Amino acid sequence: MTTRTLDTAWAMLLIATACTFAIGEAGAGGVPAMAALLALSCIKGRLVILDFMGLRRVKFKWRALLLGWLLLVSALIAVAYRIALP
Amino acid sequence: MWLVIFAELAVFGLFFVAYAFARARNVALFDAMQATLDRRAGAVNTVLLITASWCVARAVEAVERARAASGAHWLLAAIIGGLGFLLVKGHEYAGMFAAGVSLSSNTFYMFYLSLTFFHFMHVILGVVILAALWVKTRRGDYTHADLNGLASGAMYWHMVDLLWIVLFPLIYVMR
Repeated sequence: MTTRTLDTAWAMLLIATACTFAIGEAGAGGVPAMAALLALSCIKGRLVILDFMGLRRVKFKWRALLLGWLLLVSALIAVAYRIALP
Repeated sequence: MWLVIFAELAVFGLFFVAYAFARARNVALFDAMQATLDRRAGAVNTVLLITASWCVARAVEAVERARAASGAHWLLAAIIGGLGFLLVKGHEYAGMFAAGVSLSSNTFYMFYLSLTFFHFMHVILGVVILAALWVKTRRGDYTHADLNGLASGAMYWHMVDLLWIVLFPLIYVMR
């Protein structure tokens, strides 16, 4: 993992965090906001898994397990939020 | 370490989903109580954990390139980030407890306090692990040919960061 890759990942994580915070400050709710927040979480999680954890070039099964966890949890959260809508 | 990480992810994953479904049964309560949270503190803590994770990754990369001294400095920076998180979270808790919030206040606070405190304990352990890694890195225990211990400890910290990446928007923002 190169220094530039790690630094770029960090910058993107900060930007994604700022976007998440901005959605919160705007008081945005409903499906679009929920989808955006989950997408941002997945993007951030993917950066941590692939770049910080250095799993980009290891056996697929390790990436699959971690990314799979992230996607599964996000999907179930989305289902719960969909159920909660009037 | 992988076994530990997957076990932790499984438990927290269940906890996150349980929160989301509990919210589905109490939308008005959860949205109202969420508004009492300090979102700025949550955002600052996200930045602290992400930055600490970056420092840990830079530390591993430095040791891989036989720059142990630089690696130790990066680990120290990560420790400071982790301690910063604990301070901010502690301050947040102090404010809540002073306002009379407890586990029995309502379902939202029960989830909020138990989930974030469970994570808080993991951050404490993460900082302890980083401190041990810092000592061993300064001593030259890790080399580019053998950094299994460093990499394992780093994985634990990244897991702690990954959990907060899901937790922050879920509890502080999503409505």
